[in-house]
Amino acid sequence: MWYLLAGLLAGVLVGLNLPWKVPAILARYMAVGILAGVDTSLGGLRASLEGEFDIVIFATGFFGNVLLSAGFVYVGDMLGIELYLAAVVALGVRVFNNMGRIRRLLLRDASSGKEGASQGK
Amino acid sequence: MRRGTHVALTIIFALFGFMLAMQFRSRPEVTGPLQYQRSEELAILLKRTEEERDKLREEVSVLRDQLADTKSVEDQVRGLQEELAKTMILAGMTEVRGPGISLILSDSTAPSQVGQDPNLFVVHDKDLLEVVNEVFAAGAEAVSVNGQRIVATTEITCAGNVIMINGVRQAPPFKILAIGDPATLEGGLKMRGGLIDNLTFWKLEVKLNTEEDITIPAYAGPLSFKYAKPVKKEAK
Repeated sequence: MWYLLAGLLAGVLVGLNLPWKVPAILARYMAVGILAGVDTSLGGLRASLEGEFDIVIFATGFFGNVLLSAGFVYVGDMLGIELYLAAVVALGVRVFNNMGRIRRLLLRDASSGKEGASQGK
Repeated sequence: MRRGTHVALTIIFALFGFMLAMQFRSRPEVTGPLQYQRSEELAILLKRTEEERDKLREEVSVLRDQLADTKSVEDQVRGLQEELAKTMILAGMTEVRGPGISLILSDSTAPSQVGQDPNLFVVHDKDLLEVVNEVFAAGAEAVSVNGQRIVATTEITCAGNVIMINGVRQAPPFKILAIGDPATLEGGLKMRGGLIDNLTFWKLEVKLNTEEDITIPAYAGPLSFKYAKPVKKEAK
């Protein structure tokens, strides 16, 4: 897992030290994109815990979700409705779902591990 | 997991971190949960402020108009007063003083000859008219005859054996005062073959003096106009 954190840290450092900023117009696209990134990362974590992780699905999911949510923001701007809220809600729900699944997986592993350790089955 | 997977994941997470950092840096100015929460409140505030601004703007324009009006009224009043002062002099409504000439005109004292028309030896309304006309032609700015200011409606007319000026009967000697350039006025009257030559031919007594400072009274007659009405100029 260390290389994931190293990659994340490197990206953060690069982002913080770049001289230019995100233009104000693009900030909302970026925000929804980040939410999509969070969702996909948690999805990937869940998949890996379930043992079904596939880098192709993860990569396409990451970029696809980011682009799709940015597209939602764009279409919402074009139509004059706050369509990005739909993307935010959908992604938020998915984040919670993934978190729930991950929590259960981790708890089940931990409890089964504890039981195995304590009872020696 | 294969090595390619690690590389891909690292790249993706680096990109994710980069996005997070960029968004974090731009957040305080543009977006953020606090601003989303307050956006409605701020919108209401903005609307109110805008309404207030519009009201104040209207007020400013009204006040500006008033100021312009006041200024132009003051200017107009000043201009009108100046014009009025000039017009008053022209119309003979004010007493004026300045250099000029005085001319005293009286009937002939020569003994009348038998067979001569005595009318030729008295001062007629026409003589006075000619004098007045001549001094105005010589640039007189104000003229009076026996204290009667000559204005636009002044008549000099014969009524029996007297002369009416401004509706007031006058008898010789006639003292004519004219304000203007004394030399020009004198020259105009004394021209060879001119008025004074003509008058003295009939032995009328003419005394012409240049004056340094004479005072001509204002017109004292009535100032009511019964028939004449000013024609209003079309607004440009």
